[in-house]
Amino acid sequence: MSLDRAAVRHIATLARIRVSDQEADALVGDLGKILAWVEQLGEVDTAGVEPMASVVARKLPQRADEVTDGNIRDRLLANAPEPAMGFFTVPKVVE
Amino acid sequence: MTALTELTMTQALAGLAKGSFSARELAEAHLAVMERHRGLNAFITETPEKALAMAGESDARRKRGEVGLLEGIPLGIKDLFCTEGVLTTAGSHILDGFKPPYESTVTAKLWQAGAAMLGKLNMDEFAMGSSNTTSYHGNVKNPWTRRGDNRDLVPGGSSGGSAAAVAARMAMAATGTDTGGSIRQPAAFCGLVGIKPTYGRCSRWGIVAFASSLDQAGPLARSVEDAALMLQVMAGHDPKDSTSVDLPVPDYRAGLGAGVKGLRIGIPREYRMDGMAAEIGALWAKGAEWLKAAGAEIVDISLPHTKYALPTYYIIAPAEASSNLARYDGVRFGLRVPGGSLDEMYENTRAAGFGAEVKRRVLIGTYVLSAGYYDAYYLKAQRLRSLILGDFTKAFEKVDAILTPATPTPAFAVGERMDDPIAMYLNDVFTVPVNLAGLPGISVPAGLSEDGLPLGLQLLGRAFDEATLFRTARTIEEAAGFTAKAAGI
Repeated sequence: MSLDRAAVRHIATLARIRVSDQEADALVGDLGKILAWVEQLGEVDTAGVEPMASVVARKLPQRADEVTDGNIRDRLLANAPEPAMGFFTVPKVVE
Repeated sequence: MTALTELTMTQALAGLAKGSFSARELAEAHLAVMERHRGLNAFITETPEKALAMAGESDARRKRGEVGLLEGIPLGIKDLFCTEGVLTTAGSHILDGFKPPYESTVTAKLWQAGAAMLGKLNMDEFAMGSSNTTSYHGNVKNPWTRRGDNRDLVPGGSSGGSAAAVAARMAMAATGTDTGGSIRQPAAFCGLVGIKPTYGRCSRWGIVAFASSLDQAGPLARSVEDAALMLQVMAGHDPKDSTSVDLPVPDYRAGLGAGVKGLRIGIPREYRMDGMAAEIGALWAKGAEWLKAAGAEIVDISLPHTKYALPTYYIIAPAEASSNLARYDGVRFGLRVPGGSLDEMYENTRAAGFGAEVKRRVLIGTYVLSAGYYDAYYLKAQRLRSLILGDFTKAFEKVDAILTPATPTPAFAVGERMDDPIAMYLNDVFTVPVNLAGLPGISVPAGLSEDGLPLGLQLLGRAFDEATLFRTARTIEEAAGFTAKAAGI
């Protein structure tokens, strides 16, 4: 599968990374090469092989459904780029 | 008396116990070397005041008879570990100014054991790289250079600052993380011992995530004993990481001298790769001879899916990274680049904040997880991952540990293999398979290349059997008698 500039732009939009035309052209080559290389996995017959998501096969541990932290608003906001009135802020999303 | 910075941790602990020097003097000696070798760019943030304060507290504790396992030992911390109130960047522009309001579990354990923090170490951006040339904070230089050639070499990566700092005697040991070789490859390039423990052995809580099913923390140190001691402190169950395993941590140092008599050591034929340097092959054979001479049985084994480990990794790791790195959006921490809309702000922030290699991997990961491609790439890679683990499971029915080279070549110059991402990825061909399988691997310095650069051997083990790796590595360490140091250090 080779990628063209439009496909790279689409992926970049999904990933929310702005790319210039120049970057998109370079990425067509780089990503295309990487994808062509990983496609060698197609040689291997994996019919009936279970996909493995994690090496920790055990059931995830559970704990009581209790509040264990909280009331740390100011600590959470301490690293925010533009906090205001005790909130994170973003550009206006609703007219 | 030997300079304080030449001591191993074990020797320094003995000196501190005898009162030959104080923790403060030990920290001061390392801070002086940090200043002298600042040109290596090993640290992103130096914390000399913190180091001296922590060392002073350690001296006071020792006077009161409270002595932790690492009491008074000055350490460097990879900048991927969150450290409370201390800038933590992951080598990225996008974490500009980020001062975590909490401490990672692993570093908290080190401080609890009495260690002092010298500073935060440079690394490839978000731990993505094998040469420490993708950091927003600049390249790290390897303290080693080729004989008769003063070109700067890479220290390996992604824990390149950790490796350079320990090799240059700026820190007694350092933390690293290893997703595909990021502890073992730089350890090999800088003449150090580095271990990636079994997945689940160390808590990942408070470590900036790259690929969550592969990432593990571990130490880089100048001897097998030091690495064993440091892992002892770093390891252990943590309820805050659901993948951390609730198993007792054995006393790794206790079994170090047990030798390898009766152990079966596997030599996987698939690791004999085309294009591997002749001297690497020769060192590998020598390693097998050393172990045989010490009483181990050498067994030829096969790990048939080895050649698929790297391409499998380069689907799974970017897929997980694209998901993990979604949190860097300019809203809650780090860099924000304004935009006309929320989406524009996200796009502008991530375009400015991520470097080229991180963008490549996030885009590859986004692609292999996207509608229509998920089965062909991501699920296929997950099935290969099962086969790769199966190879190891079968091999470990016949052998107790596996011996391989750590890297296909010694350290290379800045600029070499930088034009082709795949050529760079091949650095990790020997280290990646155990990350996929979740198994432990240790890299131990075993000799020098023709042009005078350190070369490492790697040992792979069964899940949670780091102890066998340590005692086998110790046998190699003794046989190799590796005492070489970088010129000028």
